[in-house]
Amino acid sequence: MTIATPSLISESGYWHRFQGSFARFWRPVRRQRKALAGLGIVCLFVLVAVFAPALAPYSPTEQNFADAMQGPSWKHWMGTDSYGQDILSRTFYGARSALWIGFASVSLGLLVGVAVGLLAGLRGGRIEWALMRAVDGLLAFPELIMAMAFMAVLGLGMNNVILALALSFVGPFARTVRADVLQVKARPFIEAARLMDVPEREIILRHVLPNIASPILIQAGMRISIAILLASGLSFLGLGVVPPTPDWGLMIAEGRGFISMAPWMAGMPGLALATLLIGLNLLAEGLRDALDPRTRGEHS
Amino acid sequence: MKVAANSLELRASRLWQSLGAVAQTALVLLVVSGISFLFLKLSPGDPVALMLGSDFSRDSYDQLYRNLGLDRPWLQQYFHWLSRFVLGEWGSSYVSKQDIFELAVLQALPVTLTLAALSLLVALAVGIPLGVLAAIKRNSWMDILASAIAIGGNAFPSFYLGVVLIWIFSVAFGWFPSMGYVSPWSDPLGGLWHLALPALTLGAWYVGLIATVTRSSLLEVLEQPYMAAARARGEPEWRVIWVHGMRNVLMPLVTIIGLQLGGMLRGAVMTEVVFTLPGLGMMITNAVQTREYLVVQAGIMITALLFIAVNLLVDRTYTILDPRLRKK
Repeated sequence: MTIATPSLISESGYWHRFQGSFARFWRPVRRQRKALAGLGIVCLFVLVAVFAPALAPYSPTEQNFADAMQGPSWKHWMGTDSYGQDILSRTFYGARSALWIGFASVSLGLLVGVAVGLLAGLRGGRIEWALMRAVDGLLAFPELIMAMAFMAVLGLGMNNVILALALSFVGPFARTVRADVLQVKARPFIEAARLMDVPEREIILRHVLPNIASPILIQAGMRISIAILLASGLSFLGLGVVPPTPDWGLMIAEGRGFISMAPWMAGMPGLALATLLIGLNLLAEGLRDALDPRTRGEHS
Repeated sequence: MKVAANSLELRASRLWQSLGAVAQTALVLLVVSGISFLFLKLSPGDPVALMLGSDFSRDSYDQLYRNLGLDRPWLQQYFHWLSRFVLGEWGSSYVSKQDIFELAVLQALPVTLTLAALSLLVALAVGIPLGVLAAIKRNSWMDILASAIAIGGNAFPSFYLGVVLIWIFSVAFGWFPSMGYVSPWSDPLGGLWHLALPALTLGAWYVGLIATVTRSSLLEVLEQPYMAAARARGEPEWRVIWVHGMRNVLMPLVTIIGLQLGGMLRGAVMTEVVFTLPGLGMMITNAVQTREYLVVQAGIMITALLFIAVNLLVDRTYTILDPRLRKK
């Protein structure tokens, strides 16, 4: 990753120059420390998710009423829930569903959003007007409410959660893509390509898309944490994944009822969720600061 | 003479601008209502069968079908629905037989608004001093605490934080109730007592954000010449910070509060369900579960209207807070 450093020529005086070179050395390190810490956390969760079957000491849905609502012990590190299911195993498998929903819904939303944004930005005219007014309308609904409404139409289940979240992400992605396309379109090399009779498809794929890719991908990265937050929220509300799927939101909802007797039931999966979200936020913030020249120096 | 012409021109352009803003809002409202209408049309299940219950004849079915106007084209149905919506005739709930307008606007909405206002108050009361201290004592433990709260508050989902707070303050200490709603408008003490944990849960999310924005904007302001001028005039330090400094922090604060309204509503829905408060979030959640699509529709319309209204309000506040914008 290369980071553009601010020019020091305009600075005057040795002290400023020393400060400047110190900052030039220190800032990227600081920034990358943040991103690295986030990356470490996220990688840990990805590993747990991938190797959940090998790591989990029990089956995530195996019920054992003799061992129900046991506190953390050597046998069950995170305790058991009201069905006697091992919470550690369920938390491991929960990482799977959380990361999968986050990744899949953002990718799907990104795909459709980019298509809509490209179409609007490149075509212009009535198509752009109509598409953007639809996007304005979609963006007038708060994301969670929008996702809840989609769940009401689609029905419960993991695939529908992914679809509902993806649909509520189309608006923001489309708006950003269109704005970026309009900027890129005004640049001379696009006009040059047009004059050279480069086919429209090639202009889009080789000249427009690469130039809007990095801001969009950063936005997509930040959205993964929102997606995971919304998905677990939907499950918590009883409008998402259905039991007995191991899902953190569901586990917290179930644990809420037993909070006085078995606080670990909600506590453990919640800690996992919060840690993953911290990791994702750190990673996204670190990357944004490092890549986006506008926010450089903001967190100094 | 020239000045007069200019001001006339200015006024005309301003009028034109606000007309444009009104037209744009009206258009968004139209699209929003269209989406809400489509939602009802696309939702599964047969509304006529739902209204009639389990036992009905073919004739009564057909009659109700026609009475509801379901045999007419969608566009006509849409305008019929919209005109009834504007008049507050939102139909009644299949389950409780209650009037939906009454249920949503008169009962649920005030609960959500009260919760949101109280949470914002908590967040401002904690977040602004925290941000100011973090800016003045940069890189101190206060500064580190502020950024830790910002990162944590962003990562702890409201529903989880709510459960944790219930565990600590209701179960372990027994200081606050974990559920139930008492309106603070009719019973101030009891109401605030019941809303303390929910407001803290929802407010915590905002605290970090407000502290971060206050800190970074104040840091910028501190370097401005008028701050040095105020100090040079011999004004006390608290006045320099809170009067001259904070006045210029208000703009970015209002911006971030407006921008994060979606997060606030998201948090409010979850907080209401955690603490079983009878607000909009609880209403929509229950309605989705019992498949009462009319109620869901009312809920999403109200939240969208709320969203649009607050955004307009934020735009207005700019011109009040920053005189420079008025001159344009």
